[in-house]
Amino acid sequence: MIPALLTLLSAQLGGEALTRLTGAPLPGPVLGMLLLLAGFALFPALVEVLRPLATTILGNLSLLFVPAGTGVVGHLDKIVSFGPALVVVLLVSTLAAIAAGALTFVAVSRLTGSGAEE
Amino acid sequence: MTDFAEIWSYLAQGPLLWLTATLAAYAVGDACFRASGRRPIVNPVLIAVLLLAALLWLSGTPYQTYFEGAQFVHFLLGPATVALALPLWDNLGHVRRAALPMLVALLAGSTVAVVSALGLAVAFGIDGEVLASIAPKSATAPVALGISDRLGGSPTLTAVLVILTGIIGAIFATPLLNALRIRDWRARGFATGVAAHGIGTARAFQVHPTAGAFAGLGMGLNAVLTAFLAPLLLGLFR
Repeated sequence: MIPALLTLLSAQLGGEALTRLTGAPLPGPVLGMLLLLAGFALFPALVEVLRPLATTILGNLSLLFVPAGTGVVGHLDKIVSFGPALVVVLLVSTLAAIAAGALTFVAVSRLTGSGAEE
Repeated sequence: MTDFAEIWSYLAQGPLLWLTATLAAYAVGDACFRASGRRPIVNPVLIAVLLLAALLWLSGTPYQTYFEGAQFVHFLLGPATVALALPLWDNLGHVRRAALPMLVALLAGSTVAVVSALGLAVAFGIDGEVLASIAPKSATAPVALGISDRLGGSPTLTAVLVILTGIIGAIFATPLLNALRIRDWRARGFATGVAAHGIGTARAFQVHPTAGAFAGLGMGLNAVLTAFLAPLLLGLFR
């Protein structure tokens, strides 16, 4: 538990420090994730050290959105004035993105012959 | 004798009360979700947020006071983002076999998600902080909040938009993909993960395990790509 937590926090700390140093547009934790992937490639034993903790955190990922989501109380004015527009924006954009992604995937996999597994 | 108001005013100042309330509200939301047979519209985060917002409003508690307690949960978003490396690593085999379709579908899905949202929002007269908060809405929440913060958006507004995006994706992905006659589970899952992050991924796992694995990949890869794309594309719209 402690080695796993130490690994996660160190990767995040490294990511935060690197984004500040280089001015990269990535959020620190995303760079931390890439650092951890590189760590897995260099030291494959690290994967199993991390698995129990990472699985627990990711299994309860939605809980972590609650504090930020509750911040909606500070935006009720914007929700009221933009509400219907925001719903249309999210609905159209999400459906368009799913269609674009899936159609592209199928088209490219036909072209390259990497057909469906199963 | 100490009366209720006095105990309340003591507890309401410390982090303990609001940390407990956050976990309790989520437990209620999760119980509702399970009781509904995991229907995507009964989203535990949405229920928890509505309960807490009502509680804050009724008790006249400022969000800052609430956040003193809730910050311990919020902090874990960073380590959770780092932990996404694990499912990515586990699925590297899939990545190699379907690398090209995934890469092109990622670019298409991610770009359409950001451009269509920003374009429509501008058409509706939305600008400034709200527009910047919309840009990363298809990325997974911990990443989207970080991007929103960097772009001058409001992370709390982004959190709400991200959750709504996930719920929309989870509800509509299956009927939409059926209508498009797409039968490749990899394509269906991957596109859902790119557009609707973790909530869409959870839905994809319910439909088919291959769809779920590819949705997780789509979510992880889009987290990285959105961090690059959102600032670039937002620049075109303001």
